[in-house]
Amino acid sequence: MIFDYTVVWDSLPLYMSGLLITLKLLAISLVLGLIIAVPLAFMRVSKRAAVNLPAWLYTYVIRGTPGLVQLFLIYYGLAQFDAVRDSWLWPWLSSATFCACLAFAVNTSAYTAEILAGSLRSTPHGEIEAAKAMGMSRFLMYRRIVLPSAVRRALPQYSNEVIMMLQTTSLASIVTLVDITGAARTVNSQFYLPFEAYITAGVFYLALTFILVRLFKRAERRWLAYLAPRNG
Amino acid sequence: MLNGYGANIVDGAWLTLQLALISMALACVLGLAGAAFRLSPVRWLAWLGDLYSTVIRGIPDLVLILLIFYGGQDLLNRLAPMVGYEDYIDVNPFAAGIFTLGFIFGAYLSETFRGAFIGIPKGQAEAGMAYGMSSRQVFFRILVPQMIRLAIPGFTNNWLVLTKATALISVVGLQDMMFKAKQAADATREPFTFYLAVAALYLILTSVSLLVLRLAERRYSVGVKVAEL
Repeated sequence: MIFDYTVVWDSLPLYMSGLLITLKLLAISLVLGLIIAVPLAFMRVSKRAAVNLPAWLYTYVIRGTPGLVQLFLIYYGLAQFDAVRDSWLWPWLSSATFCACLAFAVNTSAYTAEILAGSLRSTPHGEIEAAKAMGMSRFLMYRRIVLPSAVRRALPQYSNEVIMMLQTTSLASIVTLVDITGAARTVNSQFYLPFEAYITAGVFYLALTFILVRLFKRAERRWLAYLAPRNG
Repeated sequence: MLNGYGANIVDGAWLTLQLALISMALACVLGLAGAAFRLSPVRWLAWLGDLYSTVIRGIPDLVLILLIFYGGQDLLNRLAPMVGYEDYIDVNPFAAGIFTLGFIFGAYLSETFRGAFIGIPKGQAEAGMAYGMSSRQVFFRILVPQMIRLAIPGFTNNWLVLTKATALISVVGLQDMMFKAKQAADATREPFTFYLAVAALYLILTSVSLLVLRLAERRYSVGVKVAEL
């Protein structure tokens, strides 16, 4: 049994355009997810049940159901309602790219919110006391002290979430998008060479994972230097 | 219930549960082997264990499922004639699903188990050795029982991810609840209803798992002193 390199070589342009789609999906859903996650995280650390409970329910339900089901609910499910089909949102909601980004953003927002909430809860009390002693208002304290400190400490866990998200974007190939996995499925159905097609995709994902890990290591060295053990 | 498709979906849910449980059992075996490899003093064994866990964890589940299902079928049909079997072999999606999910989550669990083994005080294994136990006896009688308590949080996490990953096996044709919901959705043109029902079933599955594993953690932590702050 021989690995057919020529097929892989000839379909590299397809994989490259798939790579661009994967990166686009990843970037859009991460940014959107982060925007939704920040207010949710603040709700999750609130002592008032009326504020905390809705956010808890949201993250619990999203984290308790598969991403594939969420994607299908948005992409196939919403078309069931005439009100959605007649609305001005329909041009977007009938697009696979938009639905995939929306589903992934919702998915990652729940995980990110919990990570950030955990990080907010572990804010050293001295930092808050110092901010209060400086006479900062609540808003200023959150903006200048609590949030930056929590985001930094959330970095290691957030890097895991970003890598999980990279893997989740492969679901987009099920709703007709041609990302890296979609490219591999196209190659497999054209040449019936499953090993060549999927191993190439695997190599692309591995490379992306390593690059992301490196980038986050760098970010941690830059922003978490004050928490690292001192050598020498 | 659900236009008469309710029973169908519940059948699919049962299949999903079976798939999840059996593949988790396989994943535990592979994870334990992987952790033992990675902690081994033999350099190339440790390297092999690291390779398994790094490569599998860096590739999306869906790609691995497609690779093992289609690639495995291709491989079987190329190898079978060599041993004199001429018929075309169709791989059963259930078996392929168990194998694939077990293989993937074995890699994740090897990481969890490795961390848990490292968390056991060294004196425990040394005491076992001092009693004249063989290294296999030390592993199964001393280390594994203590490792379980430390591994439960990571295990819970992996079990939840695996449960949710079973939905992907419907892509290669397993008639699990996701597949049944798709059939029902196509027939009735009510996709939202059926996918919502599947989401609810998954939520029940994950909630019950959380409760059960929390009880297990309490059971295994009996006798461990926790300092109150």
